[in-house]
Amino acid sequence: MAQLTVVGKPIPKKDAPEKVAGEANYIQDLKVPGMLYGRILYSAYPHAKIKRLDTAKAEKLSGVKAVLTGSTIPAFKFGVYKDNPPLKTGKVCSLRDEIAAVAAVSPEVAQEALDLIEVEYEELPAIFDPVDAMKEGAPLIHEEHKTNVLKMPWKLIVGDLDAAKKEAAHVVEDTFRTQWVTACCLGASGCIASFDINSNLTMYSNTQIPSLAQKDFMEALGTFGFKNKKVRIIQSVIGGAFGSKLDTYAYEYLAILLALKTRKPVKIAFSREEEFFATSPRQCTITKISQGCTKEGKLLFRDMEMILDNGAYTSWGATTPSVMMLPISSLYKVPNVKYVAKCVYTNNTYSQAMRGYGNPQATFAIECSLDQLAEAAGIDPYDFRLMNANEPGEITPQNFKITSCGVKECMEAVKTRLGWTGKRMQKEGRGFGMAALVHVGGGARVYKSDGCGTIIKIDDYGKVDVFTGSSEIGQGSETIVAQIVAEVLGVPVEDINVINNDTDVCPWDVGAHASRTTFVAGNSALGAAQRIRARILDLAAATLNEDPSALDLKGGVIFSKNDKEKSIALGKILRSAHYTPGGKMLVADYFYDPPNENFNKEFKGNLSVAYAYGAHGVEVEVDKETGQVKIIKYVAAHDVGKAINPMLLEGQIYGGGVMGLGYALSEKMVYQNGKIMNPNFLDYKLLTAKDIPPIEAVIIETDEKNGPFGAKGIGEPGLVPTAPAIANAIYDAVGVRIKDLPITPEKVLRALKEREKG
Amino acid sequence: MRREMEFTLNGEKVKVEVESTWTLLYLLREKLELTGTKLGCGYGECGACTVIMDGQAVNACLVPVLEAEGMSVTTIEGLAQSDGQLHPLQKAFVDHGAVQCGFCTPGMIMSAKALLDEKKSPTDEEIKESIAGNLCRCTGYVKIIEAIKVAAGGR
Repeated sequence: MAQLTVVGKPIPKKDAPEKVAGEANYIQDLKVPGMLYGRILYSAYPHAKIKRLDTAKAEKLSGVKAVLTGSTIPAFKFGVYKDNPPLKTGKVCSLRDEIAAVAAVSPEVAQEALDLIEVEYEELPAIFDPVDAMKEGAPLIHEEHKTNVLKMPWKLIVGDLDAAKKEAAHVVEDTFRTQWVTACCLGASGCIASFDINSNLTMYSNTQIPSLAQKDFMEALGTFGFKNKKVRIIQSVIGGAFGSKLDTYAYEYLAILLALKTRKPVKIAFSREEEFFATSPRQCTITKISQGCTKEGKLLFRDMEMILDNGAYTSWGATTPSVMMLPISSLYKVPNVKYVAKCVYTNNTYSQAMRGYGNPQATFAIECSLDQLAEAAGIDPYDFRLMNANEPGEITPQNFKITSCGVKECMEAVKTRLGWTGKRMQKEGRGFGMAALVHVGGGARVYKSDGCGTIIKIDDYGKVDVFTGSSEIGQGSETIVAQIVAEVLGVPVEDINVINNDTDVCPWDVGAHASRTTFVAGNSALGAAQRIRARILDLAAATLNEDPSALDLKGGVIFSKNDKEKSIALGKILRSAHYTPGGKMLVADYFYDPPNENFNKEFKGNLSVAYAYGAHGVEVEVDKETGQVKIIKYVAAHDVGKAINPMLLEGQIYGGGVMGLGYALSEKMVYQNGKIMNPNFLDYKLLTAKDIPPIEAVIIETDEKNGPFGAKGIGEPGLVPTAPAIANAIYDAVGVRIKDLPITPEKVLRALKEREKG
Repeated sequence: MRREMEFTLNGEKVKVEVESTWTLLYLLREKLELTGTKLGCGYGECGACTVIMDGQAVNACLVPVLEAEGMSVTTIEGLAQSDGQLHPLQKAFVDHGAVQCGFCTPGMIMSAKALLDEKKSPTDEEIKESIAGNLCRCTGYVKIIEAIKVAAGGR
C-alpha cells in the first residue's frame, strides 16, 4: 500500500471547533418560528385501569393549544412488536405510560396544563420480577398476548451437549445477574415536529437511525390519515446516543400528533428526570451458565439459559439475545453450545439497546464462569484463555467466518502491561483479572440491508462535499469518513465537508448501531471516493494528453507520474468541465452493503464480515475492612484491524472502558415497584473525573481485508469485558466472587463476611 | 417581578430586563440566545451549564439571575478571540481528542478555565477536582484531563 497521508493519523475531530466554541446546536438549542411546547402526562401507577380521564380544565387554560388523550388520537401502535400506543387507553402497564399530551405556548403553561388533568385509576396487581411474571396465574401485562413471555423464542443449539457434558473432566455451573443501567446521554432526548402546508413532515431529531425513523414516521402518518406524505429528518447535533436513540419513542409520535392538531411546530424536550424514566435502558438479566473442559483445559461446552426483563412494551431490548449469541457461540473455541433466552413482560420500564447490545450481560456470565472453570482445572486463567482463544480462519459454531483475529495479541498485551506473570494470588488483597471479547466489527445484518450510501461532489475550487448516510453521535464518524475521502482524493482533510444530518440530501443508511459506521460508512465513502477519483483522472487525462493510469492526485494537483511537467490543479479541471460546451459535473455515488448474512431459523449465519476482538485486564486492591475496590491499573487492548484515527479510537476505548467501569462498580437504576428511585445524577452514580483509574488503551492492528484501509468497528467493544475482568480480579484478590452487578463495597463486604462464617 | 439589571457579559456591559425567578442559565439561553451554555440537568449535578462569575466556576442553572447583578460573567462564547482564534483551552480540547458528542464540552472548558486562571501549573489532582462536577458520558475523561494539562503547560 502506498504511504498513507491522512488515514492512520490523529486528526482532530472535524466538528470539535464548533463544539468547543459553543456553536453546536443540539435539540435543546433549536427553535422554529411559531413553535409550541409539548409535554406528556405519565401514569401514576405501574398497572391500573384508567377509570376517568378529564382534560376539560387543561383545555381551558390560557395558552394551551391542544390536549390529546388515547381516545382522541387514531389507534396506532409502534415498536418492534407493535405493542406500544403513544397514548394509552383502558389501562396503563408501567409508570412511564403516556396518558395525555399537551401543546402550549410555553413549557411552563404546558406543565401547568398537565397538572389540571384529572385521572382516576383502579389499581391492578402488578409484577416487577420477570421470574414471578412467568409463573402460573401471574397477572398478565397484555391480556391479548395470553402470556407474559414474548413469543420470540431465542434458541441456539450446536453440537452434542449431552455427550460433551459426559466427556468433560471439569464442569462449573453458576448464576449471574446484571442490573438495569441507562445511557445517561448528557444531551437529553427531544424533537421538533413541523408540518408544511401540504402536510409534509419535517422532524428535527436527535435520532441515531434517520432512515428508519423516517420510515416509522411515514407509517404513522399513514395511520393518522396522511398517506404518502414526505418525511424529512434533520438531525441536530446529537448529545450522545449509545443506543438509546435506536428506536422511535412515544414522545416523537406525540409531537407529530400535536403538530398535526395545532398546525404549528411542536417541540418536546425531555427533562433530566424524564430522560431517566422515559427513555429505554439496558435490561437486567439472570443467566444460568454451565461450562466444561477436558482434563487439559480444552473447552468442551457452554450451556446458558437467560431471562431478560423486557418491561411493559417491546423495543430492541427484546432482540439483544441475537447479539448475546455472538460471544456465547464464538468467544473462545467452544464446539458444543446451547443458549435459550426468554424476554418477559413486567410492569417495569421497557428495555432498549444500549452500547454492546446484550454483549456486556452475556460476556459477564461467560468470562466469570471461564475463570471458575480455569480454577477447577487448576490452570492459570490467562493460560486457559490462551489455550482456547479464537484464531484467524476459524468458522465458529454459529457459522461466523473469522477473518482477522488478534485476541491472543490483545491478551498478551494485557498480561505484559499488567505484569501478570507470577504475581497472581500472591499479594494480600491485590489481584489480577482478565476478560476477552468478541463483537461484530464488519457491520451486522440485523435488517434486510446493512447498507450505507455516500454521494460526493466537488466544487469549482476543489472543495469536496461528502453526503453520507451515517450519523454522527459523538463517535467521530464525520472525521473518519473525511479522512478516507481525503486519502483517496489526495486533498487536505480540511477541504472535505461532511453533510450527515438531513434525509433530504443524505443517502440511506440503516443507522449508527452495531459498531458499523467506520466499517460500512467507511467502505461506502471509499467506494464513492474511488469513483470520483477515476472520473477526475479521466477528465485530466484528456486535458494533459496522458493515459489516466499514468496520473496521480495529491495535494489538490493532478500530475503525470511519468512527466512531472504535466500537471493541473484539481479546481481547474473541475472549472473547465463546467465551462466546456456539453460540460460535465463531477458527482459520484456508492452504496456499500457488506456481504454478511441474516441469521437463518437456527440463528446461524455470518452476521458480520469481520469480527472485533479485545481483552481487558485489571489489577485491583480490595479493602477487606470496607469492601472498597480500588483499581490500581486497567489495560484495554483492542484488535481494531487498522486505526483510521488513533486519537479518536483511543477516545472510544477510554470512553467505553469508563462506561464499563460504571457498569461494573457503581451504576444501577434502582427500581421499587416499577418506580425508579434515582432518576438524577445525584443518586445514579456515573463516574466522575476523580473516579477514573489509570487506564491504558492498546491498539492491535490486524489489517482486516474487508475493512476500509483494514479497519474494523470499535464503537461498542470498549465496555464489553470490563465487569467480568474486575469481578475476576476481585476473586483473585480476596477469594470472593461477586455474581451480580454492580459490584458495590456492600456486596464485597457481605461476601467476605459470609466466607469467614464458612 | 420584572426589573432591570446590569452586569458584564463576556467583557461587555449589558443591561437586561429580568424576572427575579429566572436563573442565570435561563437568561443566557432563552433571552440572550447564548446557547453555548448547555442545560443538562437543571439542578447543578452535571456541570454542562458552567460559566465563570467573578472568577468562580458556577452552575448557571443554580444561580438566581439577580445574583449576577454587577458581576462579570464569562460564557463559552466569550473565550475565542473576535477573529475566531480559539482560546488555548479550546484549542487543546480540539487537538487532543477531548471532544466527542460535545454536550459537556463548554461547561468542562469553563471549569478548567476557572482553574487555570487561578493556578498556572495545577497538579493532576487539582485538574480532576476542578472538573469533578462536570459529567461526561463519552470520553472517560482521559483526553479531557490531557487537554487541560497541555493548555496549562502551554501558558
